[in-house]
Amino acid sequence: MAHDLHLKDPLLEQRLFRNRMLVALVGVVVLLGVLVARFYNLQVVNHDDYRTQSDENRIQVRPVPATRGLIYDRNGALLADNRPSYTLSIVRERVRDMDGTLELIGRLVQLDDADVEKFRQRLQRRRPFEPVPLRYRLSEREIARVSVNEFRLPGVSVEAELVRYYPMTDLFAHSVGYVGRISERELAAFSEEDVRRYRGMQSIGKVGLEKSYEEVLLGEVGFENVETNARGRVLRVLERHDPQPGSELMLHMDARLQKVATEALGDNRGSVVAIDVKTGGVLAFVSKPSFDPNLFVTGISFKDYKALRDSIDVPLFNRAVQGQYPPGSTLKPLMGLGGLAAGVIDRQTKIKDPGWYKLPNDTRLYRDWKRWGHGKKVDLIQALAESCDVYFYDMAHRWSIDGMHDIATRFGLGAKTGIDLPVERPGLYPSRAWKRGARGMPWFPGDNLNAVLGQGFVLATPLQLAVMTATIANRGTHYKPQVVMAIDGVEQPPEVLHHIEARPEHWDLVFEGMEAVVYDLNGTGKKAGADLDFRVAGKTGTAQVVGIAQGEEYDSEALKERHRDHALFVSFAPMDDPQIAVAVLVENGESGGGVAAPVAREVFAEWLSRPLEETASVLPGPVQIQVGGARG
Amino acid sequence: MASRDYMHRLPDSGGSLSRPVSFSRRWHIDVPLLALLILLCGVGLTVLYSASGGETHYVRRQAVFLCIAFVAMFVAAQVPLDMYRRWSPWLYVAGCGMLVAVLFVGVGAKGAQRWLEIGGFRFQPSEALKLAVPMSVAAFLHRRTLPPSFITVVGALVIVAVPAALIVRQPDLGTSILIAASGLFALYLAGLSWKMIGGAAVALVASAWPIWEWGLREYQKQRILTLFDPDADRLGAGWNIFQSKAAIGSGGVYGKGYMQGTQSQLDFLPESHTDFIIAVLSEEWGMRGALLLLLLYVLIIARGIYISFMAQQVFGRLLAGSITLTFFVYVFVNIGMVTGLLPVVGVPLPLVSHGGTSAITLMAGFGILMAIGTEQRRVTF
Repeated sequence: MAHDLHLKDPLLEQRLFRNRMLVALVGVVVLLGVLVARFYNLQVVNHDDYRTQSDENRIQVRPVPATRGLIYDRNGALLADNRPSYTLSIVRERVRDMDGTLELIGRLVQLDDADVEKFRQRLQRRRPFEPVPLRYRLSEREIARVSVNEFRLPGVSVEAELVRYYPMTDLFAHSVGYVGRISERELAAFSEEDVRRYRGMQSIGKVGLEKSYEEVLLGEVGFENVETNARGRVLRVLERHDPQPGSELMLHMDARLQKVATEALGDNRGSVVAIDVKTGGVLAFVSKPSFDPNLFVTGISFKDYKALRDSIDVPLFNRAVQGQYPPGSTLKPLMGLGGLAAGVIDRQTKIKDPGWYKLPNDTRLYRDWKRWGHGKKVDLIQALAESCDVYFYDMAHRWSIDGMHDIATRFGLGAKTGIDLPVERPGLYPSRAWKRGARGMPWFPGDNLNAVLGQGFVLATPLQLAVMTATIANRGTHYKPQVVMAIDGVEQPPEVLHHIEARPEHWDLVFEGMEAVVYDLNGTGKKAGADLDFRVAGKTGTAQVVGIAQGEEYDSEALKERHRDHALFVSFAPMDDPQIAVAVLVENGESGGGVAAPVAREVFAEWLSRPLEETASVLPGPVQIQVGGARG
Repeated sequence: MASRDYMHRLPDSGGSLSRPVSFSRRWHIDVPLLALLILLCGVGLTVLYSASGGETHYVRRQAVFLCIAFVAMFVAAQVPLDMYRRWSPWLYVAGCGMLVAVLFVGVGAKGAQRWLEIGGFRFQPSEALKLAVPMSVAAFLHRRTLPPSFITVVGALVIVAVPAALIVRQPDLGTSILIAASGLFALYLAGLSWKMIGGAAVALVASAWPIWEWGLREYQKQRILTLFDPDADRLGAGWNIFQSKAAIGSGGVYGKGYMQGTQSQLDFLPESHTDFIIAVLSEEWGMRGALLLLLLYVLIIARGIYISFMAQQVFGRLLAGSITLTFFVYVFVNIGMVTGLLPVVGVPLPLVSHGGTSAITLMAGFGILMAIGTEQRRVTF
């Protein structure tokens, strides 16, 4: 185009411009088409995908924890409640300076190193937008101080949650048990289903009924779809599936009886188990000393735990089901019944008791507890009433361990009772096979004498003794002991494990002997029936804590208090129509009749002096009697 | 001085004998364009109100900006075209001088120096160049024979390159490219030969690799990578695009309703009142709303092209064409970026996004467009 180099041609220039502009216009139209196509692609073709994406953005599923089922005693007294508690939580992603925030919180609320350490552990497991608890059980004052400083604490919130509370404190610690925070170890052991069921839940049953009925008490977690903004703040609830609260438990136990039994033990360590003879329902279940289960609910401090763990009285130890003691003479009624049934003895069998017994071809003396013996003509009734050892030595020598093991096993010794509590020990009643297996030794005739008196290898828990006594009171009907009477108002039927057949006159004899324990002039358990307007049957027992060498004098003064004999008493009442069976164990109480029998008496007095409808072994009506915590 | 110059050029001082002079003629206002701009700004304020979550703070600020912008448009429309042409070199030199100053005494944020602060008032010199560069190129070409010779092309390219290079140093690659484009549009419309355009295109493609390797900063590369795989880094660089696509796509054809957009109202959409405002509109008003907005832009662009077609002088023609095409590029780049077609560059949606400087520059540009549109009448009557 060199020819018009020096000449401006307006028309040519305008044409040139218009051509160029038209080309540009084509470009503009094409690009506009691209934009329109893009909108079409996003808003029509892929609309559903983006709709989903945007919903996923804003809608989050949040678990709604279920309320844990309440636990009542048989009269409707509340044993396990849920109370609001205020927890300080932190959302990690909203905190810019975690150390600074913790330091500031430390100045507002009481915060020890253990809290911070646990918090940091939890922090690693939770997702960044989830609130992680730092301090539980804030006081009103602490809540106020945090609220005032809220603007300096982004990501810090105070949340109310329902937390387990045991209004009767230590009274039911060993039966109802307690819940605690789900530990990291428990969390790690969860199945996928458990993880779902415990979403939003903070607590899990650790001990006692809280543990054994965890499935029932837990409830079903609910869910809500919430709309959140980009920072995770919940703006509104879109949809809600309500949680199903856990089931309510009503126990056979009676708070007032429990309190009476606990107080009857005084300052002694020991256990009292009372069983409803007609159902196997556990009416009182005492293991003393006890502890305050509320300490464990939101995490016990190390100091408190150390104090409980290291106490010489082992308050955390459940004596009623974990304590295995030699039952001593409390086995005599049972053995008497076995001897009668086996034909080893009968009503007329009488022996001479010089205060000791000697096996043929053996020089060892087996002493009676009474140095000079019980006389020249001791029969079964007297042997039970005065707890004559020689009578039973003689019977045992003429009987066999197989027979003794058989009758003991039928009455539930040497095996777990099957009570609805999570932990239980089986005790032991020896047999030939057991001794060969466990000790690698054959059964000696002398072993018979220990086995019949509940010594040597024999071990039983207080609960087993109560079940045994209830079975005697029932004349052979062996119920499985049960703590829970009803779940959500549905009665849990009593369960008969088996029935022990024996001739009525044999039962009568055993009853007569046990009655004589309480009412005979020389009866060993007379304190059990003092000033009661119904008849009581019982049997005393003492169990050696330390073996006494042959020929050594028994001198209780010289022994340390902890080496004294345990005192035992098993009993039932009333005689004419047995309602309640009670087993009492007093550690280092020395005298079954002197220390343990009065405890049983208090339990009988409380239970059997009540109007029948209160103690009847059926569900109370819909009206629930609220018993105050202090009265128990 | 300048004002007196145009005072006696007002229509009523000359040919007022023939017929009464209309408002638009007297004040050099292009009524269709003005109507479209007012409509667009109205839409913008409405969407902005929703984008700021029902708070009036941004809307009130933007309304004030727009008032200033319309005043700027009005003033710009009164200036005779010749004066623009004669003053453009000085405007250009002053603009470049300020850009140099920015590099030394400028203030800014996020590692970029883009503002000059004089007496507490902040402004962005690069905004002035958005008008000064096409004006200077058009003025430069006005006196040359067209199509431009090689020497002329080189001269025009130098005019474009100096401010573009200065702005890249700030760094502000997006603005730099857009300003360069406005100058190159003028050159293109003047009749730059297709051979040269082709050659430049080839050179650009060939230099793509070196530019990627040495010319781009890490965040710029990241933005481009994000474009091709937005899901790769959803919570990082891809977040904006992921959320804006979700907003637009979930709006569907009919939208979620005004003030009902969950993406925008719940703060999932970042920069919802500035660069990403079209996502708010598309989410709440759906594809209908988005296409209506596009139509509004198309009508404004069509009016601009019409004005450029009618312009009598080369300067006016090239300037009008360049302003119009640049305006379209703004629209395209912004929407392309928000819909995930282009990398994220900080280009606001013209006259809808919140922002004062950009609105004032744009409206001043439309004022110049009106001056061009009414210029012929000055000559004719």
